[in-house]
Amino acid sequence: MKDRLWWRHLIGIAALVFALVPIIFLVSAALNPVGTLSTTSLIPSGASLANFSKLFHDPNSPYVRWYVNTLVICGVSSVLNVLIGVSGAYAFSRLRFRGRRPGLTGILLVQMFPNFLALTALYLLFINIGSVLPAFGLNTSLGLIVVYLGGAMGVNTWLLKGYLDTIPVELDESARIDGATEAQVFFRIILPLARPMLVVVGLFSFVSFLNEIILAGVFLTGSAHKTLAVGLYGLVSGNHNTDYGEFAAGSLLAGIPVVLIYLYLQKYLVKGLTAGAVKG
Amino acid sequence: MTVLPSERLARLSWPRVVFVGLVVLFAVLTIPTLVDKHSWTGVAVTVAGTAILAYVYLTPKRIAARFLVPGTILLLAFQVYPIGYTIDTAFTNYGDGHRLSQSQAVAQIEADSVMENPGAQRYELSVATKTADTSGAFVFFLTDPNGKVERGDAAGLTPVPDSEVTKDQFTGKVITAAGWHILTGIQVNGLGQRLASFAVPTGSGFIKSVGLSEAYVGQFTMKYDAAAHTMTDTRTGTVYKASDGEFKAADGSGKTLPIGWKVSVGFKNFTSVLTNATIRGPFLRVLVWTIAFAVLSVLSTFGLGLLLAVVMDHPRMRGRRLYSSLLLLPYAMPAFISTLVWASMYNKDFGLLNKLFGTHIDWLGSPWSARGSVLLTNLWLGFPYMFLVCAGLLQAVPQELKEVARVDGASPFRVFRSVTMPTVLIGAMPLLIASFGYNFNNFNVIRLLTDGAPYPSGSSTAGDTDILISYTYRLSFGGQGAQYGLASAISFLLFVLVGLISYAGFRQTRQLEEVYAR
Repeated sequence: MKDRLWWRHLIGIAALVFALVPIIFLVSAALNPVGTLSTTSLIPSGASLANFSKLFHDPNSPYVRWYVNTLVICGVSSVLNVLIGVSGAYAFSRLRFRGRRPGLTGILLVQMFPNFLALTALYLLFINIGSVLPAFGLNTSLGLIVVYLGGAMGVNTWLLKGYLDTIPVELDESARIDGATEAQVFFRIILPLARPMLVVVGLFSFVSFLNEIILAGVFLTGSAHKTLAVGLYGLVSGNHNTDYGEFAAGSLLAGIPVVLIYLYLQKYLVKGLTAGAVKG
Repeated sequence: MTVLPSERLARLSWPRVVFVGLVVLFAVLTIPTLVDKHSWTGVAVTVAGTAILAYVYLTPKRIAARFLVPGTILLLAFQVYPIGYTIDTAFTNYGDGHRLSQSQAVAQIEADSVMENPGAQRYELSVATKTADTSGAFVFFLTDPNGKVERGDAAGLTPVPDSEVTKDQFTGKVITAAGWHILTGIQVNGLGQRLASFAVPTGSGFIKSVGLSEAYVGQFTMKYDAAAHTMTDTRTGTVYKASDGEFKAADGSGKTLPIGWKVSVGFKNFTSVLTNATIRGPFLRVLVWTIAFAVLSVLSTFGLGLLLAVVMDHPRMRGRRLYSSLLLLPYAMPAFISTLVWASMYNKDFGLLNKLFGTHIDWLGSPWSARGSVLLTNLWLGFPYMFLVCAGLLQAVPQELKEVARVDGASPFRVFRSVTMPTVLIGAMPLLIASFGYNFNNFNVIRLLTDGAPYPSGSSTAGDTDILISYTYRLSFGGQGAQYGLASAISFLLFVLVGLISYAGFRQTRQLEEVYAR
């Protein structure tokens, strides 16, 4: 029997090569001292941090600003996204009220509309909002966050409702008998129990906001207001060759934290995925 | 159960009171600005929103609503309203050349047509606004050759006493004016078309800007007859009749004026998708590729993911944790980065693939290799997800069942087909359908990898790798002639399609569960 494992490793190693080539290429491009695409190959021709220092000193691409913008926009959006999503899920899972079923169906229905195609309407809406509340207008992080939150009562609510349904009702009922209010049940009992799922949903929404280029691209046009996705895309969209090292260095610094979090949360991820999450 | 007023007060917890207080404060600070801008819809929305929030959080009955109202308000404002607006647009001709209302279009055509009176005097011009930003209305400050200053707006001219302005000592151009912000040259330049279409009516003609700091008096050469709905070009005598959102020449030459207006066109956008050959051809081609792309993406990612999960699913397999951590990387890497990296790897001149294989292939240049490349990249992006899912589901296959089958003499393949596969499929089905729906609208991978290219000859809006959503996006926001009306109609069709697919998917899942249930 022992000699029959080799083919499994053969397939595994082939898959690893496929999975890792683009990532190794990215690392190699980031370390490439020349910093152009044409001089980058799979094995770095030298190790230099020139691309990184260029990245931090290029006045046309304020990378640190992009990074901070991204952290603020994705961080605030995903935390509020989860909070709004889970309170909706709590109502749908635990409370009985009129319009519960149509509400659930309605939420699902709205999600089926490719909502960024409603971009024109959003754009016009935010010109108006910005003329009254400049802090929420176009080219502001707050405006974009608010738009992202429009989708908070969506897929996440369904996903989290499914999870809350698996938490025994007896737990909150006994708390209610002991005199806990609905808010106490929600904050003190349900939220702690749902924490693994909240973390996974939060991570998925963080990453989906991180990857979002359409709304961010239309809303944030000023160089200092951009997010990483919009900014880095701008670095290579016109010319793939010259600024490639800078793009690779910036991408690596953006990607590494996410990758580490994914690896750290690996075992939660499987649970979250099989509960029906799709990476956005 | 009756609740005493004192008890009611006792039940009001302070976080809720503070929350409502903040909302009311926000509303109180916002409403004056809204009133100032005559935005009555804004006032109504703000008041209604505040009232609903106050009612829900301060009365004891509406417990479910407390959990639902904030999310619902955001959903209505930023998803439902834009969707409604889009569906409404689907029944109009809205788009480039048809953005204005009819009266705005008439005003713009007339203003654009002003020709300078020969030999007439010119004015020194300053453009000014009430507030510091340039998005609102603006006025002209005009200094005539005698140094007299007048203020001109869409209603006409008003004399301005010298005491309210300071003038440039040589040209007489107004530099400051009490209560007004004089715009800088850059700001005036930024007004663009709005400045070009602005004409101040005088008794005998109209005043228009020329350059950034001069204005002249002229006459309309286009005259609108409101009773007959016609526009007459006074220089050539051509009469244009208003119909279907534009002015058409009445002489039968087919000439139209470039500026039209937004009108309702009924179901024309929907029917033209099916009947107009120049739209139907690309639409059907894109639809077929969209379905193929989504199906092939799901099958390939699931196939590879399942294969790897089965390969790793062996008790004596060493390094399983290392394998799965490394195989997770493509999934963990933010997709926008990986997709851009793939795009550069496909590059014909400098790309990694051509370097590794020593070839000189334009991977994204010809239709079939471009489609293959898109699928390959999407496989790379998606297989770790399916691998994780399948690995999890394989753990859930009951070991006893496998044992029993083996004892009964089933081959390993037979065990896999009859015991393992059904269990995995039941668990994976909803995810496969979700994945299909996701890929059906997978805008990012197309946009960042090929942006629809290559384009078949004769079509500049529908590329060979375009899926419906990227095609629709280009119709709305692409460089040439935005067609919001048509794009909105296709968005709506997309909505219906995805809805039907999901519905069929849910039914299928339920049937599968019934078939395999215990």
